[in-house]
Amino acid sequence: MRNPLRRFTSVLAVAALLTPLATACGGEDGDAGSDDAGIVVYSGRNEKLVQPLLDKLEKAVGTGVEVRYGGSAELAAQLLEEGDKTEADLFFSQDAGALGALAKEGRLDKLPEPVLGKVPAQFRGSGGDWVGVSGRVRVLAYNPDKVDKAPDSVRDLTKPEWKGKVGYAPTNASFQAFVTGMRVLDGEDATRKWLKGMKDNGVKAYDNNNAVLDAVDSGEVSVGLINHYYWYEKVAEKGADGVTAKLHFLPGGDPGALVNVAGVGLLKGSGQRDAALKAAEFLLSAEAQTYFSDETKEYPLAAGVTSKVPDLPPLESLKAPEIDLGKLESLQETLAMLQEAGMV
Amino acid sequence: MTGGRAPWVLLGPACLAGALALLPLGYLAVRALERGPGFAWSVVTTEGTAQLMGRSLALALAVVLACLILGISLAWLTVRTALPGVRAWAVAATLPLAVPSYVAAFAWLSAVPGLAGFTGSAVALTLVSYPYVYLPVAAALRGLDPAHEEAARSLGLGPVATFARVVLPHLRPAAAGGGLLVALYVLSDFGAVSLMRYDTFTRGIYVSYQASFDRTPAAALSVVLVLMTVGLVALETRTRGRRRHARTGSGTARPPVPVPLGRMTAPALAWCGAAVSAAVVFPLATLAYWLLTGQRSTWDLPRLAETAGATLGAAAAGALLTTALALPVGVVAARYRGRAAELLEQAAYAGHALPGITVALALVFFAVRYVHPIYQELPLLVCAYAVLFLPIAVTATRAAVLQSPPVLEDVARSLGHRPLRVLRTITVPLAAPGVAAGAALTFVVCMKELPATLLLRPTGMDTLATRLWTETGVGAYADAAPYAAVLILLAAVPSYLLGRHRT
Repeated sequence: MRNPLRRFTSVLAVAALLTPLATACGGEDGDAGSDDAGIVVYSGRNEKLVQPLLDKLEKAVGTGVEVRYGGSAELAAQLLEEGDKTEADLFFSQDAGALGALAKEGRLDKLPEPVLGKVPAQFRGSGGDWVGVSGRVRVLAYNPDKVDKAPDSVRDLTKPEWKGKVGYAPTNASFQAFVTGMRVLDGEDATRKWLKGMKDNGVKAYDNNNAVLDAVDSGEVSVGLINHYYWYEKVAEKGADGVTAKLHFLPGGDPGALVNVAGVGLLKGSGQRDAALKAAEFLLSAEAQTYFSDETKEYPLAAGVTSKVPDLPPLESLKAPEIDLGKLESLQETLAMLQEAGMV
Repeated sequence: MTGGRAPWVLLGPACLAGALALLPLGYLAVRALERGPGFAWSVVTTEGTAQLMGRSLALALAVVLACLILGISLAWLTVRTALPGVRAWAVAATLPLAVPSYVAAFAWLSAVPGLAGFTGSAVALTLVSYPYVYLPVAAALRGLDPAHEEAARSLGLGPVATFARVVLPHLRPAAAGGGLLVALYVLSDFGAVSLMRYDTFTRGIYVSYQASFDRTPAAALSVVLVLMTVGLVALETRTRGRRRHARTGSGTARPPVPVPLGRMTAPALAWCGAAVSAAVVFPLATLAYWLLTGQRSTWDLPRLAETAGATLGAAAAGALLTTALALPVGVVAARYRGRAAELLEQAAYAGHALPGITVALALVFFAVRYVHPIYQELPLLVCAYAVLFLPIAVTATRAAVLQSPPVLEDVARSLGHRPLRVLRTITVPLAAPGVAAGAALTFVVCMKELPATLLLRPTGMDTLATRLWTETGVGAYADAAPYAAVLILLAAVPSYLLGRHRT
């Protein structure tokens, strides 16, 4: 009897030789259509979140659309490596930092004024080379059974009255973006002091924002630092009565009220500039903006579209800190600081 | 005949394989020196770098030691003792190969959050990588003539002393080779350590990409990782020494008499049971828990089947190319001494500890410049697998060739056969089972690969690993569970064959 492992290897060999044929046959229509006429989108946003929306791009743009999903940072590195040989026409990033990095290297094309003008100045690249399409706000979630109200500034959370009562997700990218924002606003020393104060005050670390919200909801902690949409998703899932936690939007331009955006930029050297621009415009259209507000519970950023999610205060009413979001790329120092404080 | 210069029919393809494996290093040189050697030096010589290196090496040391203990003990129990159900245990001991490190880490972390950090990383990495030690050691034990041990016993050595002084030295090359693969695997791993929040060198490299979007420091740090790898490979080469591992005649050994375990049966069973439960049963139970507690578990069967098919195809092509490239390198490494042979083997390993993202970016760099037509097409992904996993196949090939006596090749050559014919009619057929084992192992690791697959896959193609990444990225664990389960089950098939495999 032949060795089963060798037989397996023979099967492997046959499968390996057939695979290129199979993909060649299967992929033919897609390839023929796309290379010449279609656009390629690199999406750092998760397929599960944006695919239903990107499925509509083809109709809106009028050509084929291919989407490659990956992590925003990895795709940014890939785009930098590809340089002007890239096949990507549009980069849809989860956060502003990755777009800022591409802009800094001169890889993004300037967007025309009518497109930029749809979004308030603070939510787009200072060089006009990228534009935010949806926003998420840092908020405090609190448990009204435990405390009457949450403080009006994250700076207060280092006070003794909050000892052991605060939860956060130190490895979460949005938390780290908030710390970076704090460094820009309050300076390095104040931020380092705040982080140390939080640690000394017994702040409890969780894996992600959902876990923080669950801990607030159950009363395990009284206050948690999260992004706003986690709460709205939980309410949409369990009903308003099923969620004990409440949200507090921080006033007065507090660093804890940072607004982060997901955005898009056009790659330089794209042979499909018009189509790519149409795609960017579509993401700022009423239809797409409504999708962000209804489906991902984010803030629509284009003027004239307001969220219909109940209880969500309009973006204009929030007093977000004024920060150039593209500058949030200096995350390396933030991480060093978090490591120094023993948080990550 | 060992020594002399390898014939071109071997050296040519082997050099090609070596060159492919060195591509990432060429890229690293370009990127690291982009802002001058001074900048690279300043990145590398910070205090943080030394700390990260220490942490990485400490983790690698702990995991290698744990893998040696677990791998050698399981190998001895399943090959040499009268353990009840010994064949089933032999198969079960290899199944952890099928579990991706990030799944193991996630399972442990969700069950015991307190494990986060060094302990959790060490536990998760040990449990998924000890088969790298178990498999070669079990094969070496099977190939070991029990006459050595009987002679030692008859001369008055006790069972423990016999094992330590007669058996262990024979297992040393197999254990060292496996240990090297484990060490390099630990150095390159990102999935487990990032979930466990333990800062290692590789995590530092990832953070450099993710936090500063700057490829220069990441490349400079990667160069240090390459130097560490070369050091480890040199260390392993020294443990090989000048021993000969092939018997001159074909096997005349009787099968060894299984050692009765007596009162030690229950502890031995408990030991095997604990290892297999922790490494295989526990992650599978976690997946079942995800499925049962999920909000909605939608089994998108056509998509699952399509994804599984794409994974199998890409991994099969990857394993085939890797094995084909490893064959000449393995034969040269086994049969010839000298600078060229040594350098070739070093080259094959040099990039093996690099994180997947670095290798992927290196291939992006070269492919868009020189072979643009296959950029983000299947052939490039298959090449990436070969670059990433060449050492695994080389190790298997080298060990298999070493086990067949070189005198047969000498005879064939003295009878006037040309090198290619000797290779085709003698070397490869004799080494075939070991080469097949290497192919199966490569196939499994290709299936689990994530970072390079994400960047280089053909647009629209999903593998089980990328799907798992997508689903867990939004916390949809119930939706992720079927993909993880199918990945483990499919990877378990070659693992199972490896476990049953007898050389």
